[in-house]
Amino acid sequence: MSLLQTADAVAALPEILLALLTMALLMFGVFSRRDAYGAVSAGAVIALVLVGLLVLLGDGTQTAFGGSFIVDPFARLMKLLAMAGSAIAIILSGRFLAQNGMARFEYPVIILLATLGMMMMISANDLISLYMGLELQSLALYVVAAINRDDAKSSEAGLKYFVLGALSSGMLLYGSSLIYGFTGSTQFPVIASVLSASGSSLGVIFGLVFILAGLCFKVSAVPFHMWTPDVYEGAPTPVTAFFAAAPKIAAMALFVRVAMGPFAEIVKDWQQILVFVSIASMVLGAFAAIGQSNIKRLLAYSSISHMGYALLGLASGSEEGVRGVIIYMMIYLVTTVGVFACVLAMRRGGRQVEAISDLAGLSRTNKGMAFVFSMLMFSLAGIPPLAGFFGKLFVFLAAVKAGLWLLAIVGVIASVIGAYYYLRIVKAIYFDEPAEAFDAMDGEVKTIAYASGAFALAFVLIAQPLLALAATAAQSLF
Amino acid sequence: MIGLSHYLTVAAILFTIGIFGIFLNRKNVIIIMMSVELMLLAVNINLVAFSTSLQDMVGQVFALLVLTVAAAEAAIGLAILVTYFRNRGSIAVDDITLMKG
Repeated sequence: MSLLQTADAVAALPEILLALLTMALLMFGVFSRRDAYGAVSAGAVIALVLVGLLVLLGDGTQTAFGGSFIVDPFARLMKLLAMAGSAIAIILSGRFLAQNGMARFEYPVIILLATLGMMMMISANDLISLYMGLELQSLALYVVAAINRDDAKSSEAGLKYFVLGALSSGMLLYGSSLIYGFTGSTQFPVIASVLSASGSSLGVIFGLVFILAGLCFKVSAVPFHMWTPDVYEGAPTPVTAFFAAAPKIAAMALFVRVAMGPFAEIVKDWQQILVFVSIASMVLGAFAAIGQSNIKRLLAYSSISHMGYALLGLASGSEEGVRGVIIYMMIYLVTTVGVFACVLAMRRGGRQVEAISDLAGLSRTNKGMAFVFSMLMFSLAGIPPLAGFFGKLFVFLAAVKAGLWLLAIVGVIASVIGAYYYLRIVKAIYFDEPAEAFDAMDGEVKTIAYASGAFALAFVLIAQPLLALAATAAQSLF
Repeated sequence: MIGLSHYLTVAAILFTIGIFGIFLNRKNVIIIMMSVELMLLAVNINLVAFSTSLQDMVGQVFALLVLTVAAAEAAIGLAILVTYFRNRGSIAVDDITLMKG
């Protein structure tokens, strides 16, 4: 019997291929005589596209490696979203890093490693593979946050992220050890069957709380959000764009998998925790963003509140709720990427500017960017008929159907408060006295921003197939 | 007779010391890294104790994986700390305040 059986290899083929391509790119970068940054970046995007096609080819539900790795429609959809986020982040980084003296070929390689970790996380069906994927992703992200090693802010962001990330991994691990001890297994299906047979004991509840704390950190939900504003502000802008998109998708997918897999039988126990976390994230995100003057910090608080809305869908604990989470993350990914493409285009005389006041009067200096930026802001605020409205609509509907009226009402109020700071940006763009014009947008940044704006505007038209996709994915978990 | 609960108590105490080490220490980032290691070792004690009492090898495999990952984590943490020290010339926790709010 060979150690790696054929069925295992087939189920994990995308991950295996991505690992091999990453190694190949690393070797190419190390041994090439010229500056390999451009070539390795292009290679990384091609690798992600290839692996994405391979993921698309898969069908049905398979498990591999003794049940510790699962590939189902949910995993496939979330993997595709995470890979899309990573690929776009590499494309956005291209010229920015070259212009700012950070063009090292290790950067795309590390992003690929982080993506590999995300794919492991999304497919985890065992506490051990969960931890392995999570750490592979986190270790790569710590390095990426500090990628601008000559900049005090960037290395401070990396250090803060590392310390708090290590703390959260430790808590998650402690929770895993308790779950293992009190259920006798690390495998999700076995844990689920033990819990459905004997209910939850105190040890299991403790373990659950620690695991949820670790996961809340990874999705940057209150009360484990402290790192988010600092890391968003300190890291170079394209890195922030990456942080805001792909890892959030993967962490949310893992959250859903853990809540709906091993702990599906004790919904009542984790539901109240998630209700609290969701309310706290939505409210804190809405209020703390009001006083910010740095656009990246503001977006950090905005992402905290968005994670609150996504968790609101999960808190309802129903198939509809999970469908809402998937749609929410889909829309969040596309709009966030577009917003960060616009933030990347905030450049004067080759230097990046980050204050909201720098956007003043953008409508008179760059009409296209002003329109796209405002549409994305309206979408993030959840104003119909833009994409963000539908994301919120589906999670609120699921919460109401699950009887969580209070949660849905708090969510609506928080999104009204949140609309204030999004509209403040729109006001600066359209009604303030024009500041100096920005430099011309780079081609790829412009394409991504406009495509994202078009998605936000035209979501109504393409909603049907996306909803069906999310419904199939959600179904595979129940 | 020393039983499972004794091991779990020791691990819980070590874990708590680790968490307090991270939050109460204001002097040195290296101490934070030591606290993180302490937390991971507490987890390992838990895993090995459970593994013995359940007569199940998975816990020990998990513990070995945790050791490996802890080494990688320490390596990356120290590397980031070195770049930080080069930029700021200090690793005091109280000085990590460039960004606030």
